[in-house]
Order: sequence, then C-alpha cells, then structure tokens
Amino acid sequence: MLDKNGIAKRIAKEVKDGYYVNLGIGIPTLVANFVRDDINVEFQSENGVLGMGPFPFEGEEDADIINAGKQTITTLPGASFFDSATSFGMIRGKHVDLTILGAMEVAENGDIANWKIPGKMVKGMGGAMDLVASAENIIVAMMHTNRAGQSKLLKKCTLPLTGVGCVTKIVTNLAVLEVTDRGFLLKERAPGVSVEQIKEATEGTLVVEGEVPEMSV
Amino acid sequence: MISKKVTGVEAALKGVKDKMTLMLGGFGLCGIPENAIAELVRIGVKELTCISNNAGVDDFGLGLLLQKHQIKKMISSYVGENEEFERQMLSGELEVELTPQGTLAEKCRAAQAGFPAFYTPAGYGTEVAEGKETREFNGKMYVLEEAFKADFAFVKAWKGDEAGNLIFKGTARNFNPCMCGAADITVAEVEELVPAGELDPNQIHVPGIFVQRIFQGKNYEKRIEQRTVRTRK
Repeated sequence: MLDKNGIAKRIAKEVKDGYYVNLGIGIPTLVANFVRDDINVEFQSENGVLGMGPFPFEGEEDADIINAGKQTITTLPGASFFDSATSFGMIRGKHVDLTILGAMEVAENGDIANWKIPGKMVKGMGGAMDLVASAENIIVAMMHTNRAGQSKLLKKCTLPLTGVGCVTKIVTNLAVLEVTDRGFLLKERAPGVSVEQIKEATEGTLVVEGEVPEMSV
Repeated sequence: MISKKVTGVEAALKGVKDKMTLMLGGFGLCGIPENAIAELVRIGVKELTCISNNAGVDDFGLGLLLQKHQIKKMISSYVGENEEFERQMLSGELEVELTPQGTLAEKCRAAQAGFPAFYTPAGYGTEVAEGKETREFNGKMYVLEEAFKADFAFVKAWKGDEAGNLIFKGTARNFNPCMCGAADITVAEVEELVPAGELDPNQIHVPGIFVQRIFQGKNYEKRIEQRTVRTRK
C-alpha cells in the first residue's frame, strides 16, 4: 500500500519530457518533488505563473509571487507571469499537457466530484471545473477509500459533479486504473496489495485482465 | 497625453454609491487594491455586489467590507479562509454566486472586449450550467456564459503613468488586467506613479485607454496568506 508520497512518486512517472503540467492542491503538489531531473518540465499555476520553482529560502519570500494555494514560491529560468484570462486560455486551449488533481469521488464513466459536500460549508470550485472540462490528460491522485472506509471509485458519483466524463487515469494508495468504456481497468497493483483487496475497495465496475503487475515505485 | 491622474483615493472613488456592482482585482491577498478597499470601508457604501476571485480573510482584503456588512452579494470562485464570510453566508445575510475561475476571468475579459457572452466547456453537466444555454461544437458540449456588467473596477498595479498605462509584478497581475475596462469606470492604484513617457511603451501590460482614474497608492501591507519557505542546506 502506498502513502501520499508514494502516490505522488508513481504519478511522477507519467510526467514526460517537454510537458507543461498543472498540479492541484494536496497530493498533486507533492508530484513536483519526484519528477526526474534529467527531463525538462514546466509547472503552471492557474493564478498566473509558468515555470514555478521550489519554495523560497527563508527571508526571500515575495508577497507578489505565490501559487494557486496562496503559498510563497520562486520561479525558474524561463518562467513567465500572465493574467488570469490568459492562464485559463492555456488550460481551455489545451496547451497544458497534463493536469493532476485530487478528488472526493470518481465514477467509472470518468465523472469527477471534488468541490462540494451538500450540507457542509461550500468554499467553491476555484479552477477545478475549467481544468477538468478542458484538459485531455487528467490524472486523479487520491486515496482509494474515504475516512469512513467507503470506496471513492463508484458506478456513479453521489456528490455534486465537477465535470463529466473527463478523468482518464487514477492513481490511489492501492492501484493504478484507467477509465474505459467497460469500467475501471486495473493496470497496476500497489506493492503488497492483492487484486482481491482492490476489488473489495472498488464499488464501480473493476475490469481485471490477466496477470496484474505490481507497480514499481 | 490624456491624463487619468487623480489626487488620491478619495477623488478616485467619487461616484461610488450604495447597491453598485464592483470588480476587485487580486488572487487571495495578492494584488488586491488595498487603498480602494480601505476607502470603501471609510465611506461606508452598502449593499454592494462584489466580483472578486476570493473574499479576503477575516481582517484583511474584502474581509474588511464583510465585517461592516457592506456586501450583499459576492461573485467568486473560491471563498474559504474567512469565518465571518461563512457566518454571513450560512445565516443568509450574504448571497454567494460561485463561478469557475476561468469563467470568472473570461466574464471580465468579455466585458472589456465587447463580447456579450461566450461558450466555455467549464461546468457543463454540473449545477453551474443549470438554466444556461448549452451547445455542441465539434462533438463537445459548451455552456453559454454572459459578460459581467459592473459600475466600478478597482485594480492594483506595480507601476503606472499619468496616462493610465499599467505594469504588474509577479502573480499580483492575476485578475487585474482582465478587469481593466470591464466596468463603467476603472480605477487603478499603483505602488509607483510616474509621469507619462517614463515607462517603456513596449513593456506596458494594460494600455491607459482601459483606465479612467489612476492614483499613487500608499502604505501597502501586502500580507502573505501562506508563508512557505525551505531551509538553506
């Protein structure tokens, strides 16, 4: 079974040379720590920066340079700043190659819910609806089950949707899965996790084809 | 040169009245029009509709207007980080219209650029699209979103000149350029106001035609919401 860093480490392998990548808040943010340093990748933050670098050294924080999580950041050589309309033009116009975000629920048809729990304080969707509706390559990073132990991979989402039919790949603490016409196709098992365990934790249709390899992290 | 310079924040906000719709630039507390917000609090205008990506924190940014119950409605994409906001929203005092962030930016830009509406894929199939026209283009579904209409836009830039030309710094740019010219009157406050001719025309982010009033701001606090650092090895 993977921890949050393990999920991020596995997703980092999906990041290819030359990719522009948008990382959501939470586990997706950790992905930047595990991307191979022999490839060239630029991270986009929807508040208006491309070419994000690590956090600044203490004393070098700049209130005018933050990421979408409102954290102080730095920029790398080749970075650029732009306005919000241009930023979402990059996203909507499919110029960003890969979007990695978290979710509360994913359905077997690729629907995603990650912004609202009825009856609880609604904080808003931020840029999530624009990101999921526009990107062609969306990886969801999440735990396979919620805190109550219920599956987050469902036949149909129960929470208000963020987008329809948009998720292509999911990496959880238990498995790597792809969204197909037949349901969640099991591609890889996390170290030490059996197909049975994954089946048990998946409410939606799980498609198992032949021997499912254990992932190398 | 057509001068847009006004003497200060008081002159810049002349004509702001109760029940108006205001646009306010900024992302979180980054690039917010601190001087204009302080003046809105001072003049005490009420029942405002505010278009702003976020709603500040309890004691800064738009949170200052919320404390004084000056806002009737917020149009935003994300409104966490503010307890007073939550209290007013749950008690029904405050109306909130949540809009996807890219749609929010484009509704500003459309108003600036003279488009009455536009199609976006964001929100299709979700509650955001309820009651809105949808249409298919090349096999994909889109939602029709209308341009904003606002009385005033308050933006903050790094440098500006008397002609109203603006230059921004870092991610403090965010929604500010999209809001310039998107309201009847755009008011820009800047950290450094210079005479016309001092800024390189090649480096201007927003041309002065989109700005009606510009003033030298003061006492910028530039509060950091999440101070994240790494340690030197």
